[in-house]
Amino acid sequence: MKIRLGAFPWIFPALAMIAVFVVWPAFEMIRTSFQDIDPTGLAKGWAGLDNYRTLFENPDLKPVLIRTLFWVTGIVFFTIIISLPVAQLLNANFPGRKMVRWVVIIPWAASVVMTSTIFKWILDPYSGVLNRLFVDLGLIAEPRDWLGNPTEAMIWLMVVAVFVSIPFTAFVLLAGLSTVPSDIMEAAKVDGATALKGYREITFPLLRPALLVAAVINLINVFNSFPIIWIMTQGGPGYMTDTTTTLAYKISFRDQNIGASASMASINFLIIFIFILLFLRVSKWREVTR
Amino acid sequence: MTTINVHRRWTGKKVSLTISGWILALVFALPYIHMLITALKPLDEVLTIPTTYTPSTWAWDNFTGVWKEIPLATFIKSSLVISLVATIIVIVIAIPAAYYSARNNFRGRSLFLLLALTTQMFSPTSLVVGIFREIVKFNLVDTYLSLILIYSAFNLAFSIWILSSFFKSIPLEIEEAAAIDGCGRLKTLVRVVLPLALPGIVTAFIFTFIAAWNEFVIALTLTSSPEREPLTVGLTSLIGQYQVQWNFLFAGSLIAIVPVVILFISIEKWLVGGLTAGSVK
Repeated sequence: MKIRLGAFPWIFPALAMIAVFVVWPAFEMIRTSFQDIDPTGLAKGWAGLDNYRTLFENPDLKPVLIRTLFWVTGIVFFTIIISLPVAQLLNANFPGRKMVRWVVIIPWAASVVMTSTIFKWILDPYSGVLNRLFVDLGLIAEPRDWLGNPTEAMIWLMVVAVFVSIPFTAFVLLAGLSTVPSDIMEAAKVDGATALKGYREITFPLLRPALLVAAVINLINVFNSFPIIWIMTQGGPGYMTDTTTTLAYKISFRDQNIGASASMASINFLIIFIFILLFLRVSKWREVTR
Repeated sequence: MTTINVHRRWTGKKVSLTISGWILALVFALPYIHMLITALKPLDEVLTIPTTYTPSTWAWDNFTGVWKEIPLATFIKSSLVISLVATIIVIVIAIPAAYYSARNNFRGRSLFLLLALTTQMFSPTSLVVGIFREIVKFNLVDTYLSLILIYSAFNLAFSIWILSSFFKSIPLEIEEAAAIDGCGRLKTLVRVVLPLALPGIVTAFIFTFIAAWNEFVIALTLTSSPEREPLTVGLTSLIGQYQVQWNFLFAGSLIAIVPVVILFISIEKWLVGGLTAGSVK
């Protein structure tokens, strides 16, 4: 009889990688948030809750928290609202549908960094094409610095975030739509149901699981989103377009306050953890593993 | 006969669907079309105020000039080395883990899959402060190795999930037949199972490669010298310069984007299942 090693040799490399490069950094980050760290990164001992106190005394924190809430809910809401008809359209039968699907994938496949860069250029106050177009159409009298004003900058950042979030969301919903049997819709039509009624009473309920899963995954992605803000405004002017994610980065790598940054990042970590629990709930994880 | 007629007939509904579909495609392509237009402008035309909609002269030679104007080849080399090595590590580690958890109901299997899923949800962005401190401790700052290790670890989950579902779809009888023919477990895996799961392996490979190729935050944090910066970091570092050569910046961006989009489209069919941990498809 051979010695039974069981699962160990098969899954050990994967476990080790995850333990060392995912779990350890998480642990290290939380630990750092309770340490007294000098700007060069050296730990000088425990700090208790001092880092959290420094963070909460930061006058920029409260507006950033409120903005993050708007950022996440706004983007997820508009992404879902727009992705529903987009998915419906991509599911319909028309010539060139395959090509259209391919084009819609582009913002999903292309690096978000490069998509953000082109939007920054489109919105450029001097040579941006949007200013040229809006002036030509008579929508604005003279060129504007779209990203220089916090409110307008925030709107454009959210537009870009919705733009890059739609493809994934639409494809998840598309996958959900393929579970809606076409003969049910046909039967409903025979029974005299209008298209809208058919959608509301048949398609939508069947789409609900996909919709929930897409919403929660988007919630996590948008909360974690970094490149769009970093490329287009760096969170500026000041901290006026920062979210908690970019704020944590800025405090650490620009202001060199590693302790306070770790406490912000640890709070973010906790929030994502809650989102993941939400995902496990809506995706009915236990049934899936069977 | 009638079904053919239905397909061929251009009803009002079909016309409006077609038009909406093509408008949708145009909206999603527009930023990238503008990227191409800017890449094809001569440098003096890029910064005119107001800008032009299309170039007065189409500078196709920007796509050859870009290699001399910016260190594009260096960025591409870094991106290729980092992404390829990370992807190979992921595939080599994910195959046994996925195979074993697809075929055996061992103790802790749910916990293992749950851990994998959790790492997929935690993007490295949320852990960047901890990752930086760990990499400093390992003395790996500004090395390819640091990015390779981090990208491998964070992308394992997707590959384990997608490979596991492919392995599950292979009938057990095929493996049993191989076992009767005297194949050991490892031999069965390599000779029989892996060839059948090839589409899954290709999907995992392409997805991991693209994720590593497009990553930004960790690369921005862990690299400091231009020779080791991958494309995402290298190209955007050009924006901070006194005079940005937008045309070359976007020519470089397109060279980075186009192959990746084509690869991505080739695995579209399997993506949703992998990214939602099978909860939708």
